[in-house]
Amino acid sequence: MSAVLQSLVNQPYKHGFVTDIESDIAPKGLNEDIIRLISAKKDEPEWLLSFRLKAYEKWLTMTAPEWQNVHYAKIDFQDISYYSAPKPKKKLASMDEVDPELLRTFEKLGAAMHERAALAGVAVDVIFDSVSVATTYKQKLAEVGIIFCSISEAVHTHPELVQKYLGTVVPVGDNYFAALNSAVFTDGSFCFIPKGVKCPMDLSTYFRINTEGSGQFERTLIIAEEGASVSYLEGCTAPRFDTNQLHAAVVELIALDNADIKYSTVQNWYAGDEKGVGGIYNFVTKRGLAKGVNSRISWTQVETGSAITWKYPSCILRGDNSVGEFYSVAVTNNYQQADTGTKMIHIGKNTRSTIVSKGISAGHSNSSYRGLVRIAPTAEGARNYSQCDSMLIGDQCGAHTFPYIQVHNNSATVEHEASTSKIGEDQLFYFSQRGIGAEEAVSMIINGFCKDVFQQLPMEFAVEATKLLSFKLEGSVG
Amino acid sequence: MIIENSSTILSVEGLRASINGTEILKGIDLTVKSGEIHAIMGLNGSGKSTLAKVLAGHSAYEVTAGAVQFEGKNLLELPPEERARAGLFLAFQYPIEIPGVANTQFLRLAYNTVQAQRGKEELDPLEFDDFVREKMKLLEMRPDFLDRSVNEGFSGGEKKRNEILQMALLEPKLSILDETDSGLDIDALKIVANGVNRITNKDNATILVTHYQRLLDYIVPDFVHVMQAGRIVMTGGKELALELETRGYDWITANKQQVAGVTA
Ligand SMILES: Nc1ncnc2c1ncn2[C@@H]1O[C@H](COP(=O)(O)OP(=O)(O)OP(=O)(O)O)[C@@H](O)[C@H]1O
Ligand SMILES: [Mg+2]
Repeated sequence: MSAVLQSLVNQPYKHGFVTDIESDIAPKGLNEDIIRLISAKKDEPEWLLSFRLKAYEKWLTMTAPEWQNVHYAKIDFQDISYYSAPKPKKKLASMDEVDPELLRTFEKLGAAMHERAALAGVAVDVIFDSVSVATTYKQKLAEVGIIFCSISEAVHTHPELVQKYLGTVVPVGDNYFAALNSAVFTDGSFCFIPKGVKCPMDLSTYFRINTEGSGQFERTLIIAEEGASVSYLEGCTAPRFDTNQLHAAVVELIALDNADIKYSTVQNWYAGDEKGVGGIYNFVTKRGLAKGVNSRISWTQVETGSAITWKYPSCILRGDNSVGEFYSVAVTNNYQQADTGTKMIHIGKNTRSTIVSKGISAGHSNSSYRGLVRIAPTAEGARNYSQCDSMLIGDQCGAHTFPYIQVHNNSATVEHEASTSKIGEDQLFYFSQRGIGAEEAVSMIINGFCKDVFQQLPMEFAVEATKLLSFKLEGSVG
Repeated sequence: MIIENSSTILSVEGLRASINGTEILKGIDLTVKSGEIHAIMGLNGSGKSTLAKVLAGHSAYEVTAGAVQFEGKNLLELPPEERARAGLFLAFQYPIEIPGVANTQFLRLAYNTVQAQRGKEELDPLEFDDFVREKMKLLEMRPDFLDRSVNEGFSGGEKKRNEILQMALLEPKLSILDETDSGLDIDALKIVANGVNRITNKDNATILVTHYQRLLDYIVPDFVHVMQAGRIVMTGGKELALELETRGYDWITANKQQVAGVTA
């Protein structure tokens, strides 16, 4: 079997080019001066500098987590450049003013994702290395009172909002990588949907790491006020380098009464080559606070890239009747490692959460689901349903499930289902006996397997995700 | 039906095959011409399913000797999907379940793949839906089998009907039905046999692997072959099956060297 299976997974990464743009790069290394430099470059207010310095102090006292089921050489944090911006760095009002070389990059990305999004009328913010280069549709959104811009711009134009919410969901000392991010984040997206406004279009950010040896530490903050709703999409790629690059983002979502935030990610960072050399270390903290009554936070992720993924988009269900959702597809191949899952913290009464996790492993890869469901004593009538399915392609890969369930209220209902399946030789033979080749067969099986998650994605992204998966697994069947 | 001077669809000569180093097929000779229906009978474990799977190209088996021509092509050098597209169909003794893949989606992809191969028109989901529902009526299958996952949770008999549905859709040149009758109730047997009889004509051929005369009452074979320990040890006309029914396989062992009188 591994002959067909193998050739199916081993396709070259198609976003692996480097764009030749002059960058303004900070010297490698991390210390207080670098943080002051970043803050100064961005002309930041005093409170933000002290936020960063406080985080840095915390970080110095912390050690990298080791509980996750991934293995990698220790990261040398002094060998990373913490700031890299495309030059010249002038303010850009529209896509037309973006460096043509940069635009070509996005074209080359085949960025069906980004381009189609733009065509479909999705507002896009593009983060290149560490700096936000363009935000489209800003005007149109402003008419209904929506603020959608880079976070460094928001720091200047809406400091009161940023200061009010930044770090309230993910405190500076939350975990090792969140602390690092809080100290050195350079840019990211900011999005504010005022009371009663339903965002008229999907908002999207496109991240790309271009410079070798640089890290990307973006920071995203999304606030939906009472009765507001928004669907936010995030896509990521990086060129192929033999060295590992660090991506340590923090995303904070806040939903007030009756507000609804849907956050979808299609992550395709460079995963390293077929021998496991290079690739992105993706250590991300994503957390949503369903603060108000009847609020809803929904995470959907399709994780196909990165050498190592360490990520648990979570929901804190504080408001009564609030809802948290997590839909995930994680694909690993070759020597990729993924330890991903979610946390659902039920605090309010009658809070509900749904977890649907689909892990697909091929090659020598390892994928783990790690999920925490905690029902606090106050969470009268809380309900959780979790479903964790793993699919193995070939027999060199592994899938693991680590559910943690903590119930402190007897009226709560918690259900957990798990399954492991394998694309077997006999299934492929059955398809082939009906004239259907292995690649199509695998793609059909995988799409069937991921259906419940893909259904949650906006249409164009579902199409994109389907293609990405087939591409990713091409050559993995044999 | 046996047709004078009809063309040969399948010719197998001296076919030997093994799995994990154990030889299962020990020299099979078989010729199937268009219009013909062949029955293969034999004790459990005699190699009937193995023969079917080797002809269809299952990768677990290694062919160690012999030659197989299918419609003038060297079958053994084609990958399984090309054998299928060339018109070789196997109704599985144990049809495989494919969770998550809707039957209708699977059937349509199989149908369109074969249509494309034949240079014929492919059908979009709506057109296909009409088309497949007609075929299902012939087999008295409820339409809800279209939306369910391929064979998942189907009863034994329902799986077999789903196989014959595929045969009806793909219109193969040669169909090998591996114990399609096992697990069917009497009514279903008639329905399935009827379905098969509608599909067979003077331009295609069928190999029925079966343990029971009952099926052969409905689908009357031109030849009956008896397999034993990886070889065809006796070939006869339809009366051979009746003979086996009354006398059992011991009788064959005793009369191994004789071949019942049928001229092809
Ligand atoms: N992996 C294997 N290793 C060794 N022997 C095997 C293997 N797979 C199948 N066999 C053997 O091959 C022989 C032929 O099996 P096959 O399924 O072709 O029999 P059959 O004639 O179809 O039997 P039945 O009437 O029970 O369906 C059996 O003895 C079986 O045990
Ligand atoms: Mg058999």
